[in-house]
Amino acid sequence: MTITKSDNTGLERERAKSAALEFGSAWDYAPAPETPDHVRIDPKYGLFIGGRWVTPRSGKFFPTISPSTEQVLSEVAEANAQDVDDAVKAAREAYDKYWSKMRGADRAKYIFRIARAIQEKARELAIVESMDGGKPIKESRDVDIPLAAAHFFYHAGWADKLDYAFQGRRYRPLGVAGQIIPWNFPLLMAAWKIAPALACGNTVVLKPAETTPLTALLLAKIIEEAELPPGVVNIVTGAGETGAALVNHPDVNKIAFTGSTGVGKRIQRAIAGSHKRLTLELGGKAANIVFGDAPIDQAVDGIVNGIYFNQGHVCCAGSRLLVEEGIHDVIVRKLKDRMASLRLGDPLDKNTDVGAINSKAQLGRIRELVEDGETEGCERYSAPCKLPEKGFWFPPTFFTGASMSSRVSREEIFGPVLTIMTFRTPDEAIEKANNTMYGLSAGIWTDKGAKIFYMATKLKAGVIWGNTFNKFDPTSPFGGYKESGFGREGGRQGLSAYVEVE
Amino acid sequence: MENEPKRKRSAETVERAGTDGSAMPRTGDAPIMKPYDSAKVETRVRVNKAYKMFVNGAFVRSESGRYFQVQSAPEHEDADPDTTNVPRGSRKDVRDAVLHAKNAWGGWEKRTAYNRGQILYRLAEVMESRRPELTQSLERSGESAATAAAEVDASIDRVVFYAGFADKFFALLASSNPVAGPHFNFSVPEPMGTIGVVAPDRPALLGLVSTILPVITGGNTVVALASERDPRTAIVWSECVATSDMPAGVINVLTGHAKELSTHMAKHREVIGIDAWIVDADLRKAVEAEGSDNVKRVKTHVPMDPEAWTDERKAQGLGWIERFLETKTIWHPVGL
Repeated sequence: MTITKSDNTGLERERAKSAALEFGSAWDYAPAPETPDHVRIDPKYGLFIGGRWVTPRSGKFFPTISPSTEQVLSEVAEANAQDVDDAVKAAREAYDKYWSKMRGADRAKYIFRIARAIQEKARELAIVESMDGGKPIKESRDVDIPLAAAHFFYHAGWADKLDYAFQGRRYRPLGVAGQIIPWNFPLLMAAWKIAPALACGNTVVLKPAETTPLTALLLAKIIEEAELPPGVVNIVTGAGETGAALVNHPDVNKIAFTGSTGVGKRIQRAIAGSHKRLTLELGGKAANIVFGDAPIDQAVDGIVNGIYFNQGHVCCAGSRLLVEEGIHDVIVRKLKDRMASLRLGDPLDKNTDVGAINSKAQLGRIRELVEDGETEGCERYSAPCKLPEKGFWFPPTFFTGASMSSRVSREEIFGPVLTIMTFRTPDEAIEKANNTMYGLSAGIWTDKGAKIFYMATKLKAGVIWGNTFNKFDPTSPFGGYKESGFGREGGRQGLSAYVEVE
Repeated sequence: MENEPKRKRSAETVERAGTDGSAMPRTGDAPIMKPYDSAKVETRVRVNKAYKMFVNGAFVRSESGRYFQVQSAPEHEDADPDTTNVPRGSRKDVRDAVLHAKNAWGGWEKRTAYNRGQILYRLAEVMESRRPELTQSLERSGESAATAAAEVDASIDRVVFYAGFADKFFALLASSNPVAGPHFNFSVPEPMGTIGVVAPDRPALLGLVSTILPVITGGNTVVALASERDPRTAIVWSECVATSDMPAGVINVLTGHAKELSTHMAKHREVIGIDAWIVDADLRKAVEAEGSDNVKRVKTHVPMDPEAWTDERKAQGLGWIERFLETKTIWHPVGL
């Protein structure tokens, strides 16, 4: 699916519009796919409950497909309320019997084991992640999987050092944590959820997203092989109903959810009066602010990384580009040049920059919003790339001429779609950046240090990237302001989500 | 700022006023609820205070024109009438107060931590100088003289506690994070915005002070609903706030029915967090449910025993400030 000369004349013409891109066939790369032949994906997966693989009481399985080929990769169990109940019971028993009684130092060693096993199986996990979710292998290989391992490694060390984290204050674990994660970073989100929960002494029932269950199931296998006490981690696959059963289960002490703001609000309402603790990591519509004094080429790369990383399936994606008026045209030109060199196609190809859209449903939503943008009179530009026949694809796209009230400026598209707007003064940029119900992240591009701190102080967002974007680390707390949710993941601050501090 | 005149008169002052013969009681001058007492004829006709809510630095009635009545403890003797009309705040009052709190936030947040600390300390000074009023008001609500005095002591001390915390919590909660890459990365606490507080019924003063102070220490502004059982003390305390250096709108105190106003606070989209101390489980649940509309940071509590509020380990601390702070994490590359 890599671009080849034969089908490429239109693209050549498009590229040739810019003198900067006149390299002729030097753009063409030979295919360099990762081979999945050593990867083991079972034809069918049960539920991982109480340390055992069980067939679902529902008796139902559903297929999980590769969004880049639409091939069925495996069938996974659909957990119903009874299955969820089994999982919660197993987690409760594990909490009472083993995990709450274990020394922190021993909990740590189990979590270290998980981190190590993820590193050992990194290649397999990366390939499965790209097959099941459609993200380019270079992202799953270089970002998702190493960070997942790092999260376990980091949190393992906290397990016997919580006294230092909550100095002078008494704390205790919450009990059973119900965790629901999205499809954009399947294994990484599982790590973000499970690692701190275990380190703080909780047991877990995790529900992966229905379109990307495979790496969570491989993680269950790792947990089994690491010989964690049975029931400390339980993985139940399924869709919204499975999640609802987990949220509403009376014996769950804590819900941690990453996903859309709409579902987050429903969960918050559903658990009212239940004494369950809650953390939410929800949607975003991050402003990426570029000043005239910014290093322009660096900024353009940051813009591309900000919005087209992981096909824009990133809650903290820099989806609103705010450009100082004077450099708007040059930014747009350079952005077009940069986008012309992005390679869209086979997620398993190591040269691929942009992979497949995660699901048909998500592709439909992206298309709907983009059509709306066009109807509202915004000017659309899509990168000149050929879309494969099979699978779900959307070219990197941006809008200019959008107003603050356009749907494409306000709603989270969760796809490779950027909206470009301008500003004249720093205060106008702040006003526009903060004029949203979201507050997850923001980017600032300028060469002036004082300006970065001025902006960083005024922006109402949980993560601020100055002259960089989309960076993550287990030591760095991540989470939103306003309707982007509450609670933090990562860092010392993230531990509070899994303990009761007196 | 419309400020109430100093109102309380000690019995001694009242008597002196009576002996100069200038005051003759006339029917209808004051709502005398107790059986007619001939001794009172000798005294000066008192000036009763109209109790009003405290919004944006001013004392206001409810826009709804509604009121509810609060009785004084039967055994309590003082100048004011036994029955007081107190504004019964409405949804519109909540909205007005939130608007002012929201507008006050920018200025309050922007002040240096040192300056905020000094303003809080000034509040403690004013409270100290108004001890008799605060104590007397608590006694009117039925607290014994000893309990009332202890509650006022603890309340003033609590304000001093937070005054000294204003420029310290930051260092305790912030962090520099060793990310695995060429980046400088740090996390800092930031206030959230406007927070709603539903204060516990008892202790009327210490409960209000203990819930409001940590929230504003962190740099938030507050719309608080006072104890329904004893709203007068909250208003007397608001007079302390009004005569301290607290900028208008940082602390707003409404009176009314928790059952009615809590859910309005919970529904309000400009209220980013709510700290509700409510006995009624259904009402707590309603507050939690309505708060989901804007992903509000909802903290509901079964009120602690009144005595527990004097326990410094239970009723004050870093955690109280932290509840209504966000963590902001900032990344920047390190390089040449």
